[in-house]
Amino acid sequence: MKPTVWHRMDVLSRQLTPFLLTIFLVLLSAIPFQVPGLARVMPLFSLIVIFHWGVYRAELLPAYAVLVIGFFQDALSGVPMGVHTVVYVLTYSIVLAQQRFFAGKSFYVVWLGFGLVSAGATLLIWGLVSALKGGVVDPRAVASQYALGIGFYPIIAYLFLRWQRAFLQQA
Amino acid sequence: MKNSTRTVNRVTAPVKSVTQRFAYLLLILSAIGVLVIGRVDVASMEQVRMQIVDAVAPILDVIGRPVESFNVGVDRVQDIYTTFEANQKLRQERDQLLHWQALARKLEMENRALKGLLNFKTGPEPRFIAARVVADTGGAFAHSLILNAGERAGIRNGQAAVTGDGLIGRISGVGSRSSRLLLITDLNSRIPIVVESTRTRAVLAGTNAGRPRMIHLPTGAVVAIGDRVVTSGHGGVFPSGLPIGVVTLVMDGVIEVQPYVNRERIEYVRVLDYGLTGIIQSGPDQRTGSNAR
Repeated sequence: MKPTVWHRMDVLSRQLTPFLLTIFLVLLSAIPFQVPGLARVMPLFSLIVIFHWGVYRAELLPAYAVLVIGFFQDALSGVPMGVHTVVYVLTYSIVLAQQRFFAGKSFYVVWLGFGLVSAGATLLIWGLVSALKGGVVDPRAVASQYALGIGFYPIIAYLFLRWQRAFLQQA
Repeated sequence: MKNSTRTVNRVTAPVKSVTQRFAYLLLILSAIGVLVIGRVDVASMEQVRMQIVDAVAPILDVIGRPVESFNVGVDRVQDIYTTFEANQKLRQERDQLLHWQALARKLEMENRALKGLLNFKTGPEPRFIAARVVADTGGAFAHSLILNAGERAGIRNGQAAVTGDGLIGRISGVGSRSSRLLLITDLNSRIPIVVESTRTRAVLAGTNAGRPRMIHLPTGAVVAIGDRVVTSGHGGVFPSGLPIGVVTLVMDGVIEVQPYVNRERIEYVRVLDYGLTGIIQSGPDQRTGSNAR
């Protein structure tokens, strides 16, 4: 009996890892690093993760998990509730719809894809927050946040791909 | 057997895709639902938000500690290199401050004597609640901090938070062991202020950029670069006279204020509590507050 329990736990932990890792990244991005200006332009790591798993292994990050991640990001970041929730779910469904396009494409194409998708998502968040807060959010900080996200994408994607190769192929 | 599987597939595949699409639609609708409820029933959504923040605040506290230790280490190394200059500068400052101290003592005596003559009643003395900053959230979209003290420590909505340099913001959400601090730079921040030298009243509005702006100035008001801005105490939320910053830009009706407090360097804040002064004496509490560096 014991091996099956262990096996099940093993499978469960593998399935939960993308979700828990995303939650951890959301928490990590909220830590006060005390680097001047960083907190204002801290990229949305969760958007990177949602895009990455949507493209490569969508079955490991179901759409309802994306909803939960968005809700969590909303609660923690202090923007009007629902903004990230809506944007993440929409982003994820767009990524899933384009999954076939991304299949087998080189990393640079996927990176470019992320650039486009996250531009749309950032614009939507900017529009929603500005509308709900009743004032225009400083576009310069938003643009820097977007650019930093693009810069961080390869690092996070590389780590995730390594993790996928190390753990998922054994499952 | 093969044929029957194919028939089953032929029937189930479209059904599966329809249910999948329906599930997606449902998810998108529920996400929009969150947005709408957050708009309609702000209070209960805020409660949910603070419960989530409450749950993760201890985790944030723990994972932030190594970062803090690292920063302290880096600061120490930097301090070694700047010891000589810092010492010179501090000596100069000490000489200036000694002069100010003498003046302040004289004015304090004078003030006390005049208050005695007028039978003047001073306002309530605040109680300080020291709290550690465990998260700096919102990125470009919201300027807020999460503190590791909440309702249990006596923090209430609307209380002013200060550091040694001046006002930093107000409490905008309280959980049982954590709270959210809305910075004066946030788009939603509006603080009644007064220009110290001219007593010109205005409202300091955050813009989500580094420097908030002065709005609602009376007609004909003159504000100059270098003017100090403090809280006016109007509206009864903040005490009056808390330092905020200096005017750094006056151009085409836009007046920008550079806050004294540097958001990136905040480790601890003091939350001012005026509600409990009747019960708790101010002396020992002020000592507690001074722990907050």
